[in-house]
Amino acid sequence: MKVMVCLKQVPHQDARLDVNADGTWIQDGNIKFEINSYDTYALEEALKIKDAGEADVVVVSIGPDRVTQALRTALGMGADRAIHVKDDDADLSDTLGCAKILAAIAKEENPDIVFTGFMSDDGNFSAVAPMLAELLDLPSATGVLSVEVGDSLKCERELEGGALEVVELPKPCLAAIQTGANQVRYASLKGIMQAKKKPVDVKTMADLGVSDAGAGAVKAKIEKVYVPPKGDSAEILSGSTDEIVGQLVTKIKELGVL
Amino acid sequence: MDFQLPDELQDIRDNASRLASAYDDDYWLERDEKKEFPWAFYNDFAEAGWMGIVVPEAYGGAGLGIVEAATLLREVAGSAGAMNAASALHLTIFGMGPVIHHGSEEMKQRYLPATARGELHVSFGVTEDDAGTDTSRIRTQAVRSDKGWVVNGKKIWNTKAQQAQKVLLLARTTPREECKRKLDGLTLFLADIDRAHCEIREINKLGRNAINSNELFINDLPVSDDDVVGEVGRGFYQLLDGLNPERILISAEACGIGFRAVEVATAYAKERTVFDRPIGQNQAIAHPLADSYSELLASDLLWQKAAWAYDRGDNAGPLANMAKLRCGEASFRACDRALQTFGGFGYAREYHVERYWREARLMRIAPISQEMVLNYVSEHVLDLPRSY
Ligand SMILES: Cc1cc2nc3c(=O)[nH]c(=O)nc-3n(C[C@H](O)[C@H](O)[C@H](O)COP(=O)(O)OP(=O)(O)OC[C@H]3O[C@@H](n4cnc5c(N)ncnc54)[C@H](O)[C@@H]3O)c2cc1C
Ligand SMILES: Cc1cc2nc3c(=O)[nH]c(=O)nc-3n(C[C@H](O)[C@H](O)[C@H](O)COP(=O)(O)OP(=O)(O)OC[C@H]3O[C@@H](n4cnc5c(N)ncnc54)[C@H](O)[C@@H]3O)c2cc1C
Repeated sequence: MKVMVCLKQVPHQDARLDVNADGTWIQDGNIKFEINSYDTYALEEALKIKDAGEADVVVVSIGPDRVTQALRTALGMGADRAIHVKDDDADLSDTLGCAKILAAIAKEENPDIVFTGFMSDDGNFSAVAPMLAELLDLPSATGVLSVEVGDSLKCERELEGGALEVVELPKPCLAAIQTGANQVRYASLKGIMQAKKKPVDVKTMADLGVSDAGAGAVKAKIEKVYVPPKGDSAEILSGSTDEIVGQLVTKIKELGVL
Repeated sequence: MDFQLPDELQDIRDNASRLASAYDDDYWLERDEKKEFPWAFYNDFAEAGWMGIVVPEAYGGAGLGIVEAATLLREVAGSAGAMNAASALHLTIFGMGPVIHHGSEEMKQRYLPATARGELHVSFGVTEDDAGTDTSRIRTQAVRSDKGWVVNGKKIWNTKAQQAQKVLLLARTTPREECKRKLDGLTLFLADIDRAHCEIREINKLGRNAINSNELFINDLPVSDDDVVGEVGRGFYQLLDGLNPERILISAEACGIGFRAVEVATAYAKERTVFDRPIGQNQAIAHPLADSYSELLASDLLWQKAAWAYDRGDNAGPLANMAKLRCGEASFRACDRALQTFGGFGYAREYHVERYWREARLMRIAPISQEMVLNYVSEHVLDLPRSY
């Protein structure tokens, strides 16, 4: 069985984020990065399949040089191979462009299962996974909490209001993993040492035969990134809990919102 | 000159700090107060293979150097566990250095794989009450017997002796008066801590209380010839292979603790509001933290250079000693300033800074005191006449 895991490297959750000079993204030159948290859960699901039997786990990431760090971490945790799409133009893709590049890799790799994270911590689009499934014409599930692999892939999904549902996908298929599904393993020292010997294929869009992604193909363009100005309409109440509750009730009555 | 952290070191940092961060301040405060060895934490690191970081690959380790080991311990000491956490791992990592460098093939085959798996705990038995820093005056003695050796004497500050199966023991085998040089005639043994011949008494101490340090009373302890490390009479010189790495590891640990102290103090200084402003807005709070941060950054570079020198086979003595001096000072100062930033709360156990402070204080005494480092630098780096 072959499992492909899509990993995105995103700014570290503790990184200090400042908007860049032309207001199009954050200043990311000097900050720490990490693997998108949802993607680490996706990787963990893939590695659990490997633990349980035979599986070849291929991790894939699009991004600049720094992305090798994320790929090596994944190899250290137990993935078998990595594919790094290193292409300045690919980095400028929108979500559809990314999905097209990942689809081109999936077509070469022919995995039985594709795992992605539910969304990325930085962009919050939740778009790449369904697009990728559509481009590959694969059955898919999003918001997946846990999976069970047999002849098919059973996915437990989270619905509105805390309800759960189980869907069964025939393989090949795609599942976008939601947080909380499992505890993510650490790379052991042995894993880190072995990772050095595992193959990382570096590819460009041209290598993959993709021409309709990258800057030229962008359909959703980020117009502006900014920190919303602080409003002056907030009022902070003070006093003991009882006093605050009293003030709050008076305010609500005054405003007539109820 | 390239200051970019190599990939492998970045991996070590990331994974070690993630693993260590699973154990929070409350876990460590409880271990410290109950004087309990942190087994859960230790087992996690042992299982992930970290105990074998410097053990050669042929014996089941990773075969990495002191740069990598120090990087590991800096991250561990920078976690909530501070020195308790680092010391839990530290001894196994550096303590077997003399065995790796001078042990017989048979000894290595016998002990190194278990060391790499984290199953063998070794304590370091050098210091004695009456000898102090003057190691030539140790009185623990090993005398030839028909089956090997018999050891008698007393060691002090034997860290982790309660968990250890073995002690790397330095003992006199030729009286001091009969030796050409006063540090000749000492032999290093990898002796069993056989409770029938060894009594262990824990020392009540200021800090790092999850890791015990002990008095070790040795009474007619038999040691076989197989457990002699290297050459009889050359023990002190072989021990030196363990001492420089120990100083480097301690330096890195000191930086880890210092950075953590500055980090928690900075976060507190942003939040704590007194006189209608965050206390960090006062230069009296901000400047010491800024000063410590930069001092730690400089110290961090020094241990890295010392580790690099050691790993490439240079004489690392001067750099290892100076790193220990600078990192020890920077770390304690940082912890003291962090404690001050917390005001009265800094003095309360549940805020944890006082625990870092108690631990960082040790870095100025052990494994070698700052004064002895200054003696070393005066004599061996500046070429001044020896003062003692
Ligand atoms: C928690 C802890 C754990 C330890 N763990 C171990 C261990 O596992 N194994 C082990 O073997 N040892 C261990 N030690 C011992 C440690 O290495 C010694 O405490 C340290 O080397 C200092 O020796 P001393 O305590 O005998 O001090 P002393 O030698 O008595 O020195 C006392 C003071 O006098 C100063 N001094 C001495 N001579 C001179 C001089 N010529 N010039 C200027 N100043 C001088 C010293 O700097 C020091 O400030 C540990 C110590 C502690 C506190
Ligand atoms: C063991 C112990 C016993 C105590 N006993 C008593 C007692 O019996 N009765 C009692 O009432 N209190 C007692 N206290 C409280 C003690 O007086 C306070 O802890 C102390 O006054 C500091 O206040 P704080 O802890 O709130 O620190 P904070 O006011 O929070 O100050 C934190 C830090 O910010 C600094 N800081 C704050 N404002 C400024 C500024 N404008 N410029 C520069 N620096 C600033 C402070 O100097 C300090 O370093 C005790 C405290 C301890 C630790």
